[in-house]
Amino acid sequence: MKKIEAIVRPHLLEAVKNALQEVGVVGMTISEVKGFGRQKGHAETYRGSEYKVELVPKVKIEVALPAELVEAAMEAVLKTAKTGKFGDGKVFVTSLDDVVRIRTGEHGEQAL
Amino acid sequence: MMTTRRRLFVSFGIGAVLMLGVSGLRHVAHAQTAPEAAAPAAAAPAAPVPDPTGDNTGTASDVAVKDAKSPTLPEVMATVGHNKVAINIVWTLFTGFLVMFMQAGFALVETGFCRAKNAAHTMAMNFMVYGIGMMGYWICGFALQMGGVGAVAALGGTPPLTHEFTVTLLGHPFGLFGTKGFFLGPDVYDVGVFALFLFQMVFMDTTATIPTGAMAERWKWSSFVIYGFFISMFTYPIFGNWVWGGGWLSQLGANFGLGHGHVDFAGSSVVHMVGGVAALAGAMVLGPRIGKYTKDGKPVAIPGHHIPMALLGTFILAFGWFGFNPGSTLAGGDMRIAVVAVNTMLASAAGAVTAMIYMMARFGKPDPSMMANGMLAGLVAITAPCAFVTAPASVLIGVIAGVLVCWSVFFVEGTLKVDDPVGAISVHGVNGAWGVLSLGLFADGVYGDGWNGVPGKVTGLFYGAPKQFLAECIGVVVCFAWTFVTIYVFFKVLDVLVGNRVSAETEMAGLDLPEVGALAYPEFVLSPGTIGSYEPPPAPAPAPAGAPAVARVSAT
Repeated sequence: MKKIEAIVRPHLLEAVKNALQEVGVVGMTISEVKGFGRQKGHAETYRGSEYKVELVPKVKIEVALPAELVEAAMEAVLKTAKTGKFGDGKVFVTSLDDVVRIRTGEHGEQAL
Repeated sequence: MMTTRRRLFVSFGIGAVLMLGVSGLRHVAHAQTAPEAAAPAAAAPAAPVPDPTGDNTGTASDVAVKDAKSPTLPEVMATVGHNKVAINIVWTLFTGFLVMFMQAGFALVETGFCRAKNAAHTMAMNFMVYGIGMMGYWICGFALQMGGVGAVAALGGTPPLTHEFTVTLLGHPFGLFGTKGFFLGPDVYDVGVFALFLFQMVFMDTTATIPTGAMAERWKWSSFVIYGFFISMFTYPIFGNWVWGGGWLSQLGANFGLGHGHVDFAGSSVVHMVGGVAALAGAMVLGPRIGKYTKDGKPVAIPGHHIPMALLGTFILAFGWFGFNPGSTLAGGDMRIAVVAVNTMLASAAGAVTAMIYMMARFGKPDPSMMANGMLAGLVAITAPCAFVTAPASVLIGVIAGVLVCWSVFFVEGTLKVDDPVGAISVHGVNGAWGVLSLGLFADGVYGDGWNGVPGKVTGLFYGAPKQFLAECIGVVVCFAWTFVTIYVFFKVLDVLVGNRVSAETEMAGLDLPEVGALAYPEFVLSPGTIGSYEPPPAPAPAPAGAPAVARVSAT
């Protein structure tokens, strides 16, 4: 089992979510996050003074899925979340030791 | 089980509604048939005829006379005079109600331009300045300002306001303050005086609420409360007396031949410049918000938390200004109100458009906060000259105000290093001065016959009366000196007695809970921005090649 964490542009959430569902992902958790990468945000002006928007708002999508789905899910994210400009975000893939469905107590892929 | 029970309730509910509806219809039917049935019985007096066009409403029979067949001229004259003053009193009260609503506009503008952590505190100051200011004005403010104004003919003569404390200098009387009308006591128990009180009270409260914006996000509540009494009982009424209450600035014309003396139709100097200069003095004593300037003195932007709120507030202010300026005739029978109202809206539009264009040209985007400041700057500037200038002059006054407010915001923040979160100093102080000066330049000499006891109409420099401009200049200098000195000294003394500024901890946490005991937005977890910290964030070290570039920070 693997876990995918995708940090994407907030306005692309709907597209990424739909693409993940199409490749067979059955559940996900999303959260609003802020952060920065190599560009360290960007500068804006307000009433003539400059200020840095260093922590840029993003959406984080967390998906737990069987290992064989990872390639397709990654494809889906890359296809929908990419604009080609700075700030498109990142995808992290990690191994999952276990998953438990709280209602039934099932473990492992059964619980996905 | 649950669903059947719910269904039962629903059908019972629908049945009940239907039954009520039917019985209601039957009631209506009864009501319609009843008069017809009763009519033949009471045939003697003619049934009242409705008048849908209004052509027959308000006739000779509405004029009270002893003998309806031969009304006398004095009887008719009395009714005409009564109606004339009635129209003026209704007008003065109604426009005063509009100006009262400007308090809501100020509250929204100032709160929108502040950070969310101070929203309840900023809103609460704008709310309470209404009550505090009114109490102070009722105690002595009104008496000091208007107690010697003499006869306000439009309001029926305001007979009791007759005592002005006057000194003689250079062989001329200098009115300093009024001495009648304390607590609106029995000696001024008069409808004209009460109408005047309401109108002048809401103007004073406009002044009182201006510094709450410039001093927001760091002002101690107890200091604010004492300030509310001070400005409404002392600083504002005295200057108001000098211009509107028969005091010495209004006498400059009669005494020294300077046009009509210092003329300010609706308060560019009396209301706005006093407020703006008080804001400057207060913000200077308080010092900038933590994080407003970097170590080398560069200003850091601290964006407001709710731009739609600020823009809504600006619109409410623009609406209230239709009371502020046209109402200042104190006479609905003075049809110059049409010119005043149109000039007011033209200048507001010109100010907003010019500020927008200026910001777009200089920074690429039309900064909504500066659009709002631009519209208010146009309104403040046209407040003094609105009754005396042409429409093209009004647009020009607004255009200049729109640029002036942008320059002034940058100057106050970048050069003076005075932190004014909402631009109150620039909008009200600088453009208040520009407003009275523009009157001295553009007054076209068609209105204001006998203003301040000087025969002839109010005429400015560009129409051949340079002395009028001189009187306006004197008014600006005196307004600045009087307001700045009294308010600056007041805050310096208060700094020693109770302190003006909250602790650094309170300021960082937000003033809402520590100062007023309520959060504006308790259901939201506010994410701390990078702005407003003690130190600017240290420059990030360059990431070593191959190191993970994304440092994720979860929203808290």
